[in-house]
Amino acid sequence: MRRIDTDESRFRRIVRGQIRKNLRRYVSQGELLTRQGGRVVSVPMPEIHLPRFTFGDRGGSGVGQGDGQPGEGVGAEPGEEAGEHELEAEVTMEELAQILGEELELPRIQPRGRQNVVTDVRRYRDIRRVGPHSLRHFKRTFRNALRRQIGEGTYDPRHPVILPRAEDERFRSFDVTPVPESSAAILYMMDVSGSMGAEQKEIVRNTAFWLDAWIRSQYRNVSTRYVVHDAAAREVDRHNFFHLKESGGTKISSAYRLVNDIIDHDYPPDQWNVYCFQFSDGDNWSGGDTTECLRLLDEQLLPKSNQFAYGQVKSAYGSGQFKHDLDQRFGGDERLVTSDIQDRNGILDCIRDFLRRGR
Amino acid sequence: MTLTPELVRCAQEAHDAALAFGLDFPEVVFELVDPDEMNMIAAYGGFPVRYPHWRFGMEYRRLQKSYEYGLGKIYELVINNDPCYAYLMRTNTVMEQKLVMAHVYGHADFFRNNAWFAPTDRKMIDVMANHGTRVRRHVDRQGADRVETFLDACLSLENLIDPLGMYVRRGDGEEPAPELDEERLAAGRVRRFPVAHPYMEPFINPKAELEREQKEIAERLRERRRVPPEPTRDVLAFLLRHAPLADWQADCLDIVREEAYYFAPQAMTKIVNEGWASFVHSRLMTTKLVTGAEIVDYADKHAATLATQPGRINPYRLGFELLRDIEERWNCGRHGRAWEECGDAEERRRWDTGAADGLRKVFEVRRVHNDQTFLDAFLTPDFIDRQRLYIYGRDPRTGETVILDRDPATVKPKLLQQFTNMGQPVIELVDANHRNRGELYLVHRSDGTDLREDFARQTLRALHTLWTRPVHIEVAIEGKAVLWSFDGKDEGTRDLGRAAELVH
Repeated sequence: MRRIDTDESRFRRIVRGQIRKNLRRYVSQGELLTRQGGRVVSVPMPEIHLPRFTFGDRGGSGVGQGDGQPGEGVGAEPGEEAGEHELEAEVTMEELAQILGEELELPRIQPRGRQNVVTDVRRYRDIRRVGPHSLRHFKRTFRNALRRQIGEGTYDPRHPVILPRAEDERFRSFDVTPVPESSAAILYMMDVSGSMGAEQKEIVRNTAFWLDAWIRSQYRNVSTRYVVHDAAAREVDRHNFFHLKESGGTKISSAYRLVNDIIDHDYPPDQWNVYCFQFSDGDNWSGGDTTECLRLLDEQLLPKSNQFAYGQVKSAYGSGQFKHDLDQRFGGDERLVTSDIQDRNGILDCIRDFLRRGR
Repeated sequence: MTLTPELVRCAQEAHDAALAFGLDFPEVVFELVDPDEMNMIAAYGGFPVRYPHWRFGMEYRRLQKSYEYGLGKIYELVINNDPCYAYLMRTNTVMEQKLVMAHVYGHADFFRNNAWFAPTDRKMIDVMANHGTRVRRHVDRQGADRVETFLDACLSLENLIDPLGMYVRRGDGEEPAPELDEERLAAGRVRRFPVAHPYMEPFINPKAELEREQKEIAERLRERRRVPPEPTRDVLAFLLRHAPLADWQADCLDIVREEAYYFAPQAMTKIVNEGWASFVHSRLMTTKLVTGAEIVDYADKHAATLATQPGRINPYRLGFELLRDIEERWNCGRHGRAWEECGDAEERRRWDTGAADGLRKVFEVRRVHNDQTFLDAFLTPDFIDRQRLYIYGRDPRTGETVILDRDPATVKPKLLQQFTNMGQPVIELVDANHRNRGELYLVHRSDGTDLREDFARQTLRALHTLWTRPVHIEVAIEGKAVLWSFDGKDEGTRDLGRAAELVH
């Protein structure tokens, strides 16, 4: 490791500390979502300084060089101390999830005690007599050659030349170890009926981003699916999930049925850790449909999921009745969490509610 | 990495040309490095090994980013050491390497001959490496976080040194500190009038009056043994001697101070130093080193080095042009009283005494001057006009930055102000026993420019970490004297109710 790497990692610790300090702001403003490129998020933050006794802005004036008459604009921001530079700190999604976990004191998720998918992992920890030269084990090869030469009496300590032959060569080789791997499926459901406005969707979007980040940091293999519903439910891709604007009534049971089908079809619960996150403003079509929903939850979804989370976003039109119904029916059930999201500032608390059980 | 045979040849040629030009330099060792290595070395200020600190990592990150985005790359990097180490970027063309080598010989010569560099340690590579070892040892014993936090505090105070103190003797540095009981001493010195009858005593020598006088004398005595006896700018030295520091803390502070003094001459001579190196590379390249095929590329690179950006001073350009101006003036004898007093424009235009003294003068300038004295002595109104120097400032109506003035009579003082004390505020430690309570009292000797408050507040906190007693700094805000304080818990601001004394 180079010395600069040590210093850089110390610097990154400071940056992480800054991100953690400003986490609530980043979460509620959704600043980071647009800055995600692949595995890396670039986080904007003010430049980090060592404070000094130093001049402030010298009245914004100084000496420059070039053409122009008095009164004409200089053309650019002058001076060295002009303007605060922004620092772009790049952090990986894993790091971001870790910061979130530290700040919210989230427990690590315990995968369910199910039979997990087994994958083969290759590790180079074996030695063979044949192999490609790129994998030649230098030390062993020469040790064997030395041993052979001593045996043959051709080794002269005053003139230590060792010439390995083909028979001396040893190569690194891998062996295959089966490693149980936990996989997770995240199923998002969102109410896109007329009462869910742009603000509510933005809140859902932010919440989903962070939920994703955390669950992805806990499993090697994560699959995400999106379901939207008004009176009827359908599966959409990520982009549509956040941008779709429907109108009309609300039948939550339609979404439950669809999600149930997806689980049965693609994510058999004996192999997958299933997470369901549902967002709605809490309005349902009728009491009858709610009864149906509760039945579906009880009989199908809850037994199949690690966790079923319901986030109720406050909107001007929603009655908020659904959460009430859920709490009444399943209050105290470990598998189901509900949370109220009043506004953007409530996102972080909602995430904590959803994830603090470590299921 | 060692040089390629071609570059070895170039280096030898540059070396010979530099000698022939009359330069005098220590051995120069060139290293060929990749951009990544260059950024790493540059982050450490050119030194291969320094003490561990996050700011080097931050600087490395910044350099890497700006290189990746094509915003900037480092051409040359040379350190003041014997031998002088210089780094060449592997990605440079051969012509660029020649240019850098010639430039580096200019710097090497400057480091050795410029008077302001005389007190610097020429084995600084070793010293820095030792600093690294010392700090690493403290890290092993005290923990990385503790040492780093303390270093942060020290580095915040880094500019509280006395740069000119390197060149003069200021007393012997030790305060005479006899332990006196001023009250008792004063009691002996209070004058009493002789009394014929004891009953007269209270009338001729009234008790209240005697006490007042005793207090006054005691106060004067106390004044006389102030700590420090004279205001000092070397706050770091004072803290080393008097602050309640653990051994490892004192060692860290000592390291920061030593390095600050090492770097100070470089900050003092940005313009002359870069100007001189550019002057040298221009001479060596055009007379000796550059081939016919390279000349256009060279001219292009040279021009890019000297390019100006709006609202900025390019030290390479200012220094280079000013040295060329000096050479020309002394070649033609355009200096001295006769020249100054000549009012005839035509005569001035044709003025040439045939003195041919330019090169000698330029060599003298590189030996004697720092930026401030250089500009003060040689920046003529003529030069300011020709180089199109101006003062910019904010237009109060539009808020836009505009050119305010091109009058040489105002440009020059402004420029000098920018280069006074390396562009840093002058701050003195006046009293370490303020209010007789061991509080530290600093004063900003203001030239009319206010300090940046948020930084100053944080710096006071850093100062408090070392001193552990309340700390104060007297600053000028819009001409009024104001005291900013930090007592370990709260920040304070007090209007001292008087005008600030401005220094000009």
